[in-house]
Amino acid sequence: MSAAQPQATLLTMTGISKNFPGVRALENVDFEVGGAEVHAFLGENGAGKSTLLKILSGAQAPDSGTIEFGGQHVKFLSPQDAQRAGIVTIYQEFTLAPDMTIAENIFIGREPGSRLFISRSQLEADSKRLMDRIGLDRSPRALVRDLSVAEQQMVEIARALSMKSRLIVMDEPTSALSRTEVGKLFDIVRALKRDGISTIFVTHRLEEVFEISDRYTVLRDGHHVGAGRVSETRLDGIIKLMVGRELALLAPPETSYATDEVALAVENISRRRKSTDASAIELHNVSLKVHKGEILGIAGLVGAGRTEMARAIFGADKFDSGTIIVDGKAVRIASPRDAIELGIGLVPEDRKLQALFLALAIRTNISIASQHSISSLGVFISGKKEEALVEEYRKLLNIRMSSGDQLVGNLSGGNQQKVVLARWLALRPKILIVDEPTRGIDVGAKVEVHNLLFQMAASGIAIIVISSELPEILALSDRIVTMREGHITGEIDRAQATQTKLMTLMTLTSEQAA
Amino acid sequence: MTTDAAEKKMDKGFDVFSFLAKFAPLIFLLVLMAVFAFLQPRFFSSVNLFNVMRQVSITGLLAIGMTFVILTAGIDLSVGSLLAFCGLVAAAVAKGGMQDRFTVGDAAIGYGWPLALLAAIAVGLVGGYLQGVAITRLKVPAFVVTLGGMSVFRGAALLFAAGGPISGFQPDFAWWGQGRIWTVPVPVIIFLVTAVLAHIVLRYTRYGRQVYAVGGNPEAARLAGLNVNQIICSVYVIMGFFAGLGSFVLAARLNSAEAVAGTGYELTVIASVVIGGTSLFGGAGSIFGTVIGAVLIGVLLNGLVLMNVSSYIQQIIIGIIIVLAVAFDTFAKSRRRKA
Repeated sequence: MSAAQPQATLLTMTGISKNFPGVRALENVDFEVGGAEVHAFLGENGAGKSTLLKILSGAQAPDSGTIEFGGQHVKFLSPQDAQRAGIVTIYQEFTLAPDMTIAENIFIGREPGSRLFISRSQLEADSKRLMDRIGLDRSPRALVRDLSVAEQQMVEIARALSMKSRLIVMDEPTSALSRTEVGKLFDIVRALKRDGISTIFVTHRLEEVFEISDRYTVLRDGHHVGAGRVSETRLDGIIKLMVGRELALLAPPETSYATDEVALAVENISRRRKSTDASAIELHNVSLKVHKGEILGIAGLVGAGRTEMARAIFGADKFDSGTIIVDGKAVRIASPRDAIELGIGLVPEDRKLQALFLALAIRTNISIASQHSISSLGVFISGKKEEALVEEYRKLLNIRMSSGDQLVGNLSGGNQQKVVLARWLALRPKILIVDEPTRGIDVGAKVEVHNLLFQMAASGIAIIVISSELPEILALSDRIVTMREGHITGEIDRAQATQTKLMTLMTLTSEQAA
Repeated sequence: MTTDAAEKKMDKGFDVFSFLAKFAPLIFLLVLMAVFAFLQPRFFSSVNLFNVMRQVSITGLLAIGMTFVILTAGIDLSVGSLLAFCGLVAAAVAKGGMQDRFTVGDAAIGYGWPLALLAAIAVGLVGGYLQGVAITRLKVPAFVVTLGGMSVFRGAALLFAAGGPISGFQPDFAWWGQGRIWTVPVPVIIFLVTAVLAHIVLRYTRYGRQVYAVGGNPEAARLAGLNVNQIICSVYVIMGFFAGLGSFVLAARLNSAEAVAGTGYELTVIASVVIGGTSLFGGAGSIFGTVIGAVLIGVLLNGLVLMNVSSYIQQIIIGIIIVLAVAFDTFAKSRRRKA
């Protein structure tokens, strides 16, 4: 840790609350950052970190609460307001224009020069000075498109400095960087600190918290649950804060339907980052097995590669190497069609974007993947057979709808999710991958969906459940595999699993956790 | 439960707006007809009405194909050019060659209408397929591919017809454009019969469902196991089929095929589909709407002609109506999202 002593308080957010329709995102949250301080901002998925950062950056307004910055009471109505005050936020998805130069990106909208013309020489000289300050060794005329992810991040930092910011907020700045790049980034952060600039950074890599930060704040379920000096705490203390008490929110099922017969085996699947798509998440030698009748839970934080693994198995995305084995035979899956033919189904993460045809009727949404079973002469759709199919699954899944002709877009989230599940059940899959089975649906529907998954397992289907909610993983799974940054980091049986154990495996590399 | 109550509320209750949105083209058509009938009594004569329908039938045929294309959120600007090229091929086959240039078959006696029709459709299918492949395999936007196609097919037609128009067919060929069954012109019958068939395909077949699904949400369609590329390619082939069929009927009606036939048709055809309520964003629309849209444009043009409005002003009016129809679609969509 650097020798510079944190000065007086720079930022104080007091009593911040924010509600979204049906969700209380933040409740009475306090947040304090000192001058010349590196502040780690921690919490599980959905703890409310992003919402608080959006409020701080002026992208969203709080329902209540006050913000003091640099000793003054402030109210940000837009990101420009916050930037003018000296708070710049660097998001995970960079906001750079790839076909413009570094210099143009740094000073975009604030180009030096006369009213009409830009002074290119001054633009480039000013940029060069900022780039030297953070050690970006490139020509100011280089195109952003040609930079590495780490270099693009440095351009973002240079832009923040050009705005004379006193507080730089970085949302997961290290997730896309290599180990050496992270080291370089931390050097920059330390240099900024010496210049009196504070940094808030969000990370899922807890070891980084101890490497770089002075203080930390932990949010959980929209509440402030802890803050303090990093030097006065220990790793397991922070993990406990993140997961809370060990609650048995949903009692795990007593019976397991797992058999010894392997339904699906994945061996050494790897997927490398492409130069064309730098943000893509990599997979490193991912291997796992799921048995008939078993529910396998996959736990991991955002960016751990859970969804990417599921999409690779299902043929939705390509992978570079590795083998998929279904019923003991190595198979080639080049498209979702291939996967479906082998009896694999995928309930994707984002219902509305990836699964539903919102402007089409419920019956089409249920039958679209299994049209062959409701057709007459192989060409026409038999209205009678389709009606029977929809009715069968309406009853089985207790979908609350007026008729099959109703538009699926008019159903509640829970019923929409049941429609997606019905689509896959109608195909009678052998293996079903469910990504975020209960995201955005109410508690009653949640329990129903869980019971459905148990029924499916009882009927011999092998199920892989991906969920960001640890209690859900614990409630559903016979066995749990944890992932971090594209690696499998551990495997625990339900009997031994606790939230703390899982969180430890999810946030540390396997060597550190061991 | 609160969600149940909310769902019931959404189902019940008569939504005036959504009713209007559904029947807006039909209501607009009826109003327009009433206005023209009032202003110009000649409008409602059976001669004039059949005349309107016969004029509508060619662009109407193309609009049926275009409905498939636009349902997948695609567009085809090449229809007019492809139509001209197909028409010339049909005419050359029917006449057994081209004056002073080449002959097809023995002593240039021609092959009659059945082979001419097949040739026109075959050329249309191939033209559509090539464009479909360029869109799905080369990943070039449909707008660009068919803009290129517009130029390519027109150039091919001009090249092919360097000797000028091909005119003067056998009466059994000309019957397809000029004949009547009872009192109904044959092109009108062809238009309405194919419209009914297309309606059946879109509403009641697996393929039709897949077209809507791909247009509504291509990613969801892919994850549901549909072959999205194949379906997108197929709609351009269907469009090509209608370009071929349309060219045959047009050549028969004019008793001539020429390289500049169908110039500017893409505008009328796309307008018919869009005014008929098919969304340019894909996934929503119907053949019924397209038929109404095509007739609406025909009635509008005919009424303006009867009232001696210049054809330049007609173009201005059509252009404005297209923009308004799309604005209406966008508005309806944003309203649906809020609901």
